[in-house]
Amino acid sequence: MNHLHDAPGTPTDAAPTALAALHTRLNSRLDGAARAWLDQALDEAAAHPGARGPISVWELRIAEAGRRCGPEHAEAARILLLHAARADAATLARVYRQGTAAERRAVLEALPHLVPGPDALPIVEDALRTNDTRLVAAAVGPYAARHLDAHNWRHAVLKCLFTGVPVNAVADLPRRARADAELARMLGDYADERTAADRPVPEDLYRVLALTEALTESGSESGSESGAGPTTSASEAPTASPHPGTPTGKES
Amino acid sequence: MRIFDPHIHMTSRTTDDYEAMYAAGVRAVVEPAFWLGQPRTSPASFLDYFDSLLGWEPFRAAQYGIAHHCTLALNPKEANDPRCVPVLDELPRYLVKDHVVAVGEIGYDSMTPAEDTALAVQLQLAAEYELPALVHTPHRDKLAGLRRTLDVVRESALPPDRVLVDHLNETTVKEAKDGGCWLGFSVYPDTKMDEERMVAVLQEYGPEKVLVNSAADWGRSDPLKTRKVGDALLKAGFTEDDVDQVLWHNPVAFYGLSGRLDLEVAGTDATHEGNSILRGAPKTDPEPAPKSALKTDPATTEA
Ligand SMILES: [Zn+2]
Repeated sequence: MNHLHDAPGTPTDAAPTALAALHTRLNSRLDGAARAWLDQALDEAAAHPGARGPISVWELRIAEAGRRCGPEHAEAARILLLHAARADAATLARVYRQGTAAERRAVLEALPHLVPGPDALPIVEDALRTNDTRLVAAAVGPYAARHLDAHNWRHAVLKCLFTGVPVNAVADLPRRARADAELARMLGDYADERTAADRPVPEDLYRVLALTEALTESGSESGSESGAGPTTSASEAPTASPHPGTPTGKES
Repeated sequence: MRIFDPHIHMTSRTTDDYEAMYAAGVRAVVEPAFWLGQPRTSPASFLDYFDSLLGWEPFRAAQYGIAHHCTLALNPKEANDPRCVPVLDELPRYLVKDHVVAVGEIGYDSMTPAEDTALAVQLQLAAEYELPALVHTPHRDKLAGLRRTLDVVRESALPPDRVLVDHLNETTVKEAKDGGCWLGFSVYPDTKMDEERMVAVLQEYGPEKVLVNSAADWGRSDPLKTRKVGDALLKAGFTEDDVDQVLWHNPVAFYGLSGRLDLEVAGTDATHEGNSILRGAPKTDPEPAPKSALKTDPATTEA
């Protein structure tokens, strides 16, 4: 079932615009043969979204997107294919389960555009259990920001710090971190542990900590609020807004 | 010296090995699906393994600047266990994946009727999915095993020039070459080839269609054997071009038959690619220096 165009005001409202922009951008980067392949694959997916035989044609197209479009464009192509096939939470779960790491990433990236409710959370939770930072980064996108419960969300943030995923990848971070005393405690404990072991504390930890402190009753110096600057809460329509700069520039 | 190890079981190796391999010049590997030492008892256990060859293992390799591809199959030993055979029904959906560059490793272990069937079925799958095949030759009764292997290949829909016959030695190389196959040699302490014998084989047969691998796995083995062969070849008077042909161009040509070889090492930067392309930010370049690009080492931070 397709939930794309539910009621006005649902999070997936932005999907058609964001994905249309993605399609335009992808088309401008593909050569003629790849574009022709993609056009046909999208048409097929739209015409035959159901499975026929053991595997549907569009799922085959998802599998081969890397060698057809080039590995750097595969993810965008896969997201568009999932959209064209009107994949619902159950279908996305199957594609994820049967997917390579690259395909799984595409499913995670597609979630906020295709699934309005929390039905696809098990996919996010699976990705957050991995140690593949590309999956972890995709898992903490806008879908997790909307639906992940507080406990799991805090652990996701901590996992980013643990595995070196820049917290820029965490969608809607200022809103969700705001006045989160429990997250602040966890960050503080983690910083203590690093310090006790004579290990550096990740820069990003202080950034998140500042966001939690911004409006808590205890520590509300007005100055710390400016720390929220780079990750704006523009993630209300996250897919349409530019990603806030390149990852923090720490290359080592 | 740039090296492509066309047969190595990285699942059984540590990240230290990846680091040492990169330092020795290894820039690409192919990991064939094989027997894990502990027998499997269900197809599900194969599927998790295949998923790891298409997920976690390439990620681990990329962290060290090494491009990782795999070959997938039901291995000959476990083809004899009826509990495992149904994995053959799941193979087709895996054989369409990017980064699957051959069907393998298939072949004979004890030369049973069940192995006959699995070999024939999987050669047919290779032909259908336009993939080459990695066929290993048995450890016991090797020459007879090779002959039977070549017979089955001849009867299959897969032309011999899309077949790499592996674990060859002095007694089997000639027939495999006459059969028109690609020739694989595993340089593996104690049981297979060693560096000096490898030099002698190349002196006799030349570098055409010859691939050298470490076949390193959970046994007593050495993931740097490819480099050691390269050094031994140079010392014996082979040119750098000869060495490059054996250790790089031949594996690229053979697995390139799949049309799926992608030797650009994927960036492991977490926000690489998709995150930025979907959100409209300019794509950042993949970081070239593998180890220094690591913010932390995800492989070791958590159990
Ligand atoms: Zn092997």
